[in-house]
Amino acid sequence: MEAGRVFKITINGQAVEARADDTILKAAQREGIHIPTLCYHRQLSPYGGCRVCVVSVEGIPRLVASCTMPVTDGMQVRTDSEQIRKIRSTVVELILSNHPKDCMVCEQSGRCELQDLAYEFGLSHIRFKGEVSVHEIENQNPVLERDYNKCILCGRCVRMCDEIQGVGAVDFSKRGFRAKIATAYDGVLDCEFCGNCIGACPVGALTGKPSRFKGRPWEVRKVKTVCNYCGCGCSIMVNVKGGEVVRVTPVEDGGINEGMLCVKGKFGFEYINHEDRLKTPLVKKNGAFVEASWDEALDVVAANLGRIKKKYGSDSIGGLCSAKCSSEDNYLFQKFMRTAIGTNSVDHCARY
Amino acid sequence: METLETTVTSHNQKELDLSAVDEIVARYREERGALIPVLQEVQGHYGYIPPEAVSRVAEGLKIYPSKIYGVMTFYKQFYLKAKGKNRVMVCCGTACHVKGSDRVTRRVLDEIKLPDGQDTTEDGLFTIEQVACIGACSIAPVVVVNEKVHGKMTQDKTMRELRKITEAADE
Amino acid sequence: MNSRPKSISISVCMGTGGIAAGGAEVMEAFEEALAHLGLAAELREKCTAHKVGCRGFCARDVLVDVVLDGQRTTYECVQADMVPRLVEEHIVGGVPVEQWLAGPDYEAFHAGQTKVVLSDCGSIDPEEIDAYLAVDGYTAIQKVLGEMLPEEVITKIKDSGLRGRGGAGFPTGLKWSFAAMAKGNEKYIICNADEGDPGAFMDRSIVEGNPHALIEGMSIAGYAIGANLGYVYIRAEYPLAVQRLAHAIEQARAREFLGKNIRNAGFDFDIQIKQGAGAFVCGEETALIASIEGGRGMPRPKPPFPAHRGLWGKPTIINNVETLANLPYIIRKGSEWFASLGSEKSKGTKVFALTGKVCNTGLIEVPMGIALKEIIYGIGGGIEGGRQFKAVQTGGPSGGCIPAELLDTPVDYESLAQVGAIMGSGGMVVMDEDNCMVEMARYFLHFTQEESCGKCVPCRVGTKRMLEILERIVAGQGEAGDLELLLDLGEDIKAASLCGLGQTAPNPVISTIRYFRDEYDAHIVHKRCPAGVCKALFEYQVVEPLCKLCGLCVRKCPVGAIEGGKKKLAKIKDRKCVKCGICIEVCPFDAITQIDIHETAEV
Repeated sequence: MEAGRVFKITINGQAVEARADDTILKAAQREGIHIPTLCYHRQLSPYGGCRVCVVSVEGIPRLVASCTMPVTDGMQVRTDSEQIRKIRSTVVELILSNHPKDCMVCEQSGRCELQDLAYEFGLSHIRFKGEVSVHEIENQNPVLERDYNKCILCGRCVRMCDEIQGVGAVDFSKRGFRAKIATAYDGVLDCEFCGNCIGACPVGALTGKPSRFKGRPWEVRKVKTVCNYCGCGCSIMVNVKGGEVVRVTPVEDGGINEGMLCVKGKFGFEYINHEDRLKTPLVKKNGAFVEASWDEALDVVAANLGRIKKKYGSDSIGGLCSAKCSSEDNYLFQKFMRTAIGTNSVDHCARY
Repeated sequence: METLETTVTSHNQKELDLSAVDEIVARYREERGALIPVLQEVQGHYGYIPPEAVSRVAEGLKIYPSKIYGVMTFYKQFYLKAKGKNRVMVCCGTACHVKGSDRVTRRVLDEIKLPDGQDTTEDGLFTIEQVACIGACSIAPVVVVNEKVHGKMTQDKTMRELRKITEAADE
Repeated sequence: MNSRPKSISISVCMGTGGIAAGGAEVMEAFEEALAHLGLAAELREKCTAHKVGCRGFCARDVLVDVVLDGQRTTYECVQADMVPRLVEEHIVGGVPVEQWLAGPDYEAFHAGQTKVVLSDCGSIDPEEIDAYLAVDGYTAIQKVLGEMLPEEVITKIKDSGLRGRGGAGFPTGLKWSFAAMAKGNEKYIICNADEGDPGAFMDRSIVEGNPHALIEGMSIAGYAIGANLGYVYIRAEYPLAVQRLAHAIEQARAREFLGKNIRNAGFDFDIQIKQGAGAFVCGEETALIASIEGGRGMPRPKPPFPAHRGLWGKPTIINNVETLANLPYIIRKGSEWFASLGSEKSKGTKVFALTGKVCNTGLIEVPMGIALKEIIYGIGGGIEGGRQFKAVQTGGPSGGCIPAELLDTPVDYESLAQVGAIMGSGGMVVMDEDNCMVEMARYFLHFTQEESCGKCVPCRVGTKRMLEILERIVAGQGEAGDLELLLDLGEDIKAASLCGLGQTAPNPVISTIRYFRDEYDAHIVHKRCPAGVCKALFEYQVVEPLCKLCGLCVRKCPVGAIEGGKKKLAKIKDRKCVKCGICIEVCPFDAITQIDIHETAEV
């Protein structure tokens, strides 16, 4: 269609310009008009399953899901009314009637979209009692825990894995109240473990094991940097609590990775505070490494590099750095090799 | 495909002849929307859908195994395990329900003990299913024993049909 | 023996109902007898025994027509062992067997009906294309291809007032016009034969009884919207219908009513069968499309409507079997004729599967606008065993229960909706005083809950919570406030669900609360089931003065819950009793009765 065309619509009486390929939700978000969502994810195809984003449109007798409803010229939308609020509230209440109430120890607490909605609608009392789904927690891998007792079947992980990651490790299985996200034959996860499903999950059903109980979202400081595991240069947020990296999250809107990460970038940070990591320089004396001060170690390196350079020339020296050093360290290292040593023979496991 | 293979080995000791699966997949390879008819034919051949067949179908049609599992578990027609020798379907459609099919169902389940959550007896003699309307409402309540439709069933008439089978099996 | 007939034609009802009642055996017995007597050899093609589709009056199956020299006689409840006498006395002797003739019920059953879609169903052999051609079959498509432009066909169907027979009643011609206007050459017509409503078998009977009418109807629809390929999405649970349809498609191809350049008119059209795999929700258009595409039958939000973006993303029209099977008759007889049938807003006729507690169960076709009362007491012959009518349920799990005081309601889309039911695809289940309306509501909700695809929250979790409340009520654990909660949640589910399944799932509950609130109150407040159905609310008791110590109940009890025996008073052990009711059935002295739990508590 004429994607470039601009439609004039109104949202809650306010005149809004929308693009021809907009959904109501997109047009509203652009204007900063709040519509609650759960199964919606900006990078994934619209699903229309949770029904939290319902709105009313003049001339359409039924409420419609704003995440899937395309705008039409002259459309008059209301995002809030007593009925809309009641429907949204009932929907969230129904989800909560089949959801554990263990927010106090849940990894997702503080960034959980369901928790936020329960708060938004003031759902301190759930009217519905009844069966609660019981599933075994699956965590037979080093990085990812799947707790489907918390799953709200929004399908964001399924779409993430299929549409973006192209792996299709999980899909919906069974149906109705018994529906469950599952691998083939509901077995253990067998995939790339990129963990992008964790980022897609609005609740605590999918969590990263290395970060468990290490820090609440409001306790961490997020530091933007570039992942140096490979040459892609993904933008990442290092989540730091008390000087310790406790989690790595993608930078949502930016970077060449557009919010995606791989298994190394997402989960490979535990080496930083690992007990086996060297914290003191070692110098080889009489065939064995012994601890030394930084001054002593640097003197040894400087003396030897100077001697070799003088005798054999700059190009007789090459340098290898590591993905497990920070980007800043890596930058300094190549600068040192090129200017102080005077060689281009410098490399890194992820290339410079 | 580690998960699938593990399931396979624990499920079946004997190696299953999968040439039928390959033949079916080959016939449908070019067709759009082939998954369901392929699964129907696989089940028609093996009586159920063996896990080994799923990985073959996945490779042949280039569909994720997780998706195939999702489709298999969505539709009632597909069986993940082999069925019993004799298949009994008690219709629970509205007309049958109004005419007391629940009593027939309960009697059948009292007579033929099924393991928890299963529909097939341990000895593999019976599969008992409660189905939603087979469309023979005029002769409700209806019980189907091995594809023969029995109408206007009572508890006693149903028991007679089942006992014919158990007695034949005992001999 | 000189009075031997010159032509013999036997028609045996061989729909699923007829076969279940022994139709195949009856057919075989006739063939054998006619061959044995040498009649088959003597008269050759003038002596035929053939199968016909459902004749409607399934309660009296196997129905057999014996036509001797053009003289038709109908027999009911025929079994194979009756055939020798029929042949001997009637065919050979010339005297019909009086006692087996179809009785006045048969007349009454047909008298109130108007047959359009079913007019040839039950009289022609569904496996012979010539039988359909002999009743002007395939003349409609030839007329359409030879004389009409696609838009003229659409106008004609619009003028006829035909509305979708799948339940919602959307005007068929209007629906087509959306797809006809949509751009692109690749379009599809889908026949929805995934008849999933429990208690409905209209579509199955049409496909089994007159598959060529469906094929012709689809071709007409295909021509009108510009589709060259049609799919019939049909339940795998209907093997006979699938087989007959496949056979009919083959025949139609051989006679060039399907295929390339049909009848040299420059129109290509073919039909493929897709068998459903057992999911009620696939009756919903977008779920059906997802299923044909090979995925889970989960609906998606509309718009885009299938008429714009349907199967494989192309414009697609989905019509139900009955809608499509009406088309050849409308083209042949004209839209004025069709519009003259029925009521102001609902034109034509509607096929119903009349079942439950009426005397005459079966497949019926009535003009729209007929009162429910006329169907139940006229065609249906009233309630079995002279018992009291309680409710009639239309529209299956999406419909509602209509009480006695509303039996004057005319059968049309708007009137049924007004009383809280829906037209639906044509299930009509009659209930009497022995049916508990609370239990019925639970039954329907159990069905929809089982069939919910699980995609949207209100249907997945909401219907589950409603079902749990109803389960508590029938178990005698209902609480004050339950009904208000059911109604409140029910309205939210209707408003918030993604597809028609969830949007209508609360209907049976809401309509029964509306009309039978006293029954709910009896369960919740008094812990009593007035119909005596809810097992948790009654017990069996031996009436000691009546018990003659015969011991029959002790022997017949399947779970050994009755103590006593010869010369010893029977005593029912409540803990073991599963309330199957066999003891009541077998006791020759009516010495076992059912009493309300609360009465025992008070004693």
